[in-house]
Amino acid sequence: MSKILIRGAKVLGGEPQDVLINGSAIEAVGQGLSDEGAEVVEAGGKVLLSGLVDLHTHLREPGREDSETVLTGTRAAASGGYTAVFAMANTFPVADTAGVVEQVYRLGQEHGYCDVQPIGAVTVGLEGKKLAELGAMHESAAGVTVFSDDGKCVDDAVIMRRALEYVKAFGGVVAQHAQEPRLTEGAQMNEGVVSAELGLGGWPAVAEESIIARDVLLAEHVGSRVHICHLSTAGSVEIVRWAKSRGIDVTAEVTPHHLLLTDELVRSYNPVYKVNPPLRTERDVLALREALADGTIDIVATDHAPHPHEDKDCEWAAAAMGMVGLETALSVVQETMVDTGLLTWAGVADRMSVKPAQIGQAKGHGRPVSAGEPANLTLVDTEYRGSVDPAGFASRSRNTPYEGRELPGRVTHTWLRGKATLVDGNLA
Amino acid sequence: MQRHLISAADLTRDDAVLILDTAEEMARVADRPIKKLPTLRGRTVVNLFFEDSTRTRISFEAAEKRLSADVINFSAKGSSVSKGESLKDTAQTLEAMGVDAVVIRHGASGAPYRLANSGWIDAAVINAGDGTHQHPTQALLDAFTMRRRLVGRDAGIGQDLAGKRITIVGDILHGRVARSNVDLLHTLGAEVTLVAPPTLLPIGVETWPCEVSYDLDSTLPKSDAVMMLRVQRERMNAAFFPTEREYSRRYGLDGDRMAKMPEHAIVMHPGPMVRGMEITAEVADSERCTAIEQVANGVSTRMAVLYLLLGGNEPAVAHPSPTTTLATRRSAPASEFRTEEK
Repeated sequence: MSKILIRGAKVLGGEPQDVLINGSAIEAVGQGLSDEGAEVVEAGGKVLLSGLVDLHTHLREPGREDSETVLTGTRAAASGGYTAVFAMANTFPVADTAGVVEQVYRLGQEHGYCDVQPIGAVTVGLEGKKLAELGAMHESAAGVTVFSDDGKCVDDAVIMRRALEYVKAFGGVVAQHAQEPRLTEGAQMNEGVVSAELGLGGWPAVAEESIIARDVLLAEHVGSRVHICHLSTAGSVEIVRWAKSRGIDVTAEVTPHHLLLTDELVRSYNPVYKVNPPLRTERDVLALREALADGTIDIVATDHAPHPHEDKDCEWAAAAMGMVGLETALSVVQETMVDTGLLTWAGVADRMSVKPAQIGQAKGHGRPVSAGEPANLTLVDTEYRGSVDPAGFASRSRNTPYEGRELPGRVTHTWLRGKATLVDGNLA
Repeated sequence: MQRHLISAADLTRDDAVLILDTAEEMARVADRPIKKLPTLRGRTVVNLFFEDSTRTRISFEAAEKRLSADVINFSAKGSSVSKGESLKDTAQTLEAMGVDAVVIRHGASGAPYRLANSGWIDAAVINAGDGTHQHPTQALLDAFTMRRRLVGRDAGIGQDLAGKRITIVGDILHGRVARSNVDLLHTLGAEVTLVAPPTLLPIGVETWPCEVSYDLDSTLPKSDAVMMLRVQRERMNAAFFPTEREYSRRYGLDGDRMAKMPEHAIVMHPGPMVRGMEITAEVADSERCTAIEQVANGVSTRMAVLYLLLGGNEPAVAHPSPTTTLATRRSAPASEFRTEEK
């Protein structure tokens, strides 16, 4: 069995300690551990976190291998410090059968850069009409527990109710992409002052908030749990806060870009800023940060959405929605949450590893950094500052809104069950 | 340096007054037996129309030909665009053929901005209407018409529209004309009031430099010009208003309403008019309606824009005219038009 000694790492941002990995597990955590027979990684004050877990990733395979594959997407994940990602169901064909989810799951296992946990579609073909075989996907080798029609909203209240009820039988969770479809026909950006000036179709906050309000009440009524994808407005925060205070079993995620960017950027008409849900206002950004800090929003999820160059090198209306995010997520969270004093590194580990693993039931992930636990770990140089260069991405796509922007922090090492997937910033 | 006209909001007061003054020079050419200037000889302008708009395209084409430019008309229908070619490839293809300026009409808001600012091409870009965003030459020709009628043809030279009260009525939400007019008229010192049912006003309109009213009748006596915008009948199917008749009753301009306007006030319409909807035939055909004049002024105004963006240093009109010639009047080179975002 191979041994690795990580020397002098600030575990969850605490005092420097040594962490000894033996095989796939952590053998010991403490001061002055022996390096006998171990490969030594000098952490030199870097921060060690439990491996990050992304509950919202688009890997595009099968069907859109021109924008991402399970291989390139999981390499991007390892680069960003992730040891597990949940792959969204809006592939071609849609991940609405046991066959498709098993294929995605196996590709993740074969490549070995990070665990890939497929998300199953709630309805057949994401069409919102008929429940997919949720039980079959759960019982498959992929063991699906999270179901989502992400990209589309399960807008039919009866279908949503049934899905929430049905997954109770095997402890599943429905992750809702909250977007009232009639209120967002032709929507291109956040509806407000900027959309009025630019003449772009508005995506009103109420289209998100009304669905969240409905769904938390449905979850309460049927006694199920519901997860809200990429929450983006101050009003949504208020609804989730109210629901939690009432004891409703709701969890919510926010993307890194909604913690940092606003709709003012759309004035450039550069489709790199086109995303769904859209970039909102400064007021929303501040409310989201506060909610992530106080736990109203449980987790950060990337909504990593790769698109080929031509789908962004065009006029706004013709462009695809979405941004890549796996390789910049931790830096954005450091910039918006840690460097602002809103969250400690232990808090970051909670929001980006522990909680997402719990919501998605990713076994062996989001565990404490202590003896006997699986060695899923991420080492972060938090002192680093550098500008984002998409040419260096492991992802097949380059549609980042941060090109040329200086961001703090850099993941230098990632270990998946003791196996290094990223060493000194280079993929293994 | 940028040499484009993308948004009316990019024009300073001096830019706009220069264009209007130049347009008056150009209008004199239309009074000559031979309505042609050699200014753009040897320059090629493409009218790149991704949306049907016969009147705007013809107006630009007339302006280009009167300035002796070589004109290429490109309509997306039946072209490679309908086979999936991108805006970028289309523009680069045209530029490879030696185009100096692109007059673009596009259904997507921001398409001209992208064309001008993405490094795809070097040619000058003139926005001939993009989605529900902007239509700057429409705003310029409207301002030109207002200045002539409300200030005077000769008296208006060098002047803006300070203190003039302009009311714009109709579909503000889906319209690019209203946006462009609010920007330009504000720059020129006019006081603008938008009148529409609340459903046809954008969320966020309260931040625009204008007043907003839901009531036409109370606004009319305080207007020097009333601009009626077309309202598409289909809008009622999307619940923007209940019926065509109800819209007409509340927001249409008929003879009775026109009588509430001050005697000197004019009625404007960018066309095409929907008679019986936003405007009655009685009003449309009255002396006070400038719709036809606006069409003529459109050619002069577009000539002025093309000249100032492409014309170089030669005076537009070779002989001395009652006003000073452009060569001496041009305080700011056209290449300094601001096209950067605010």
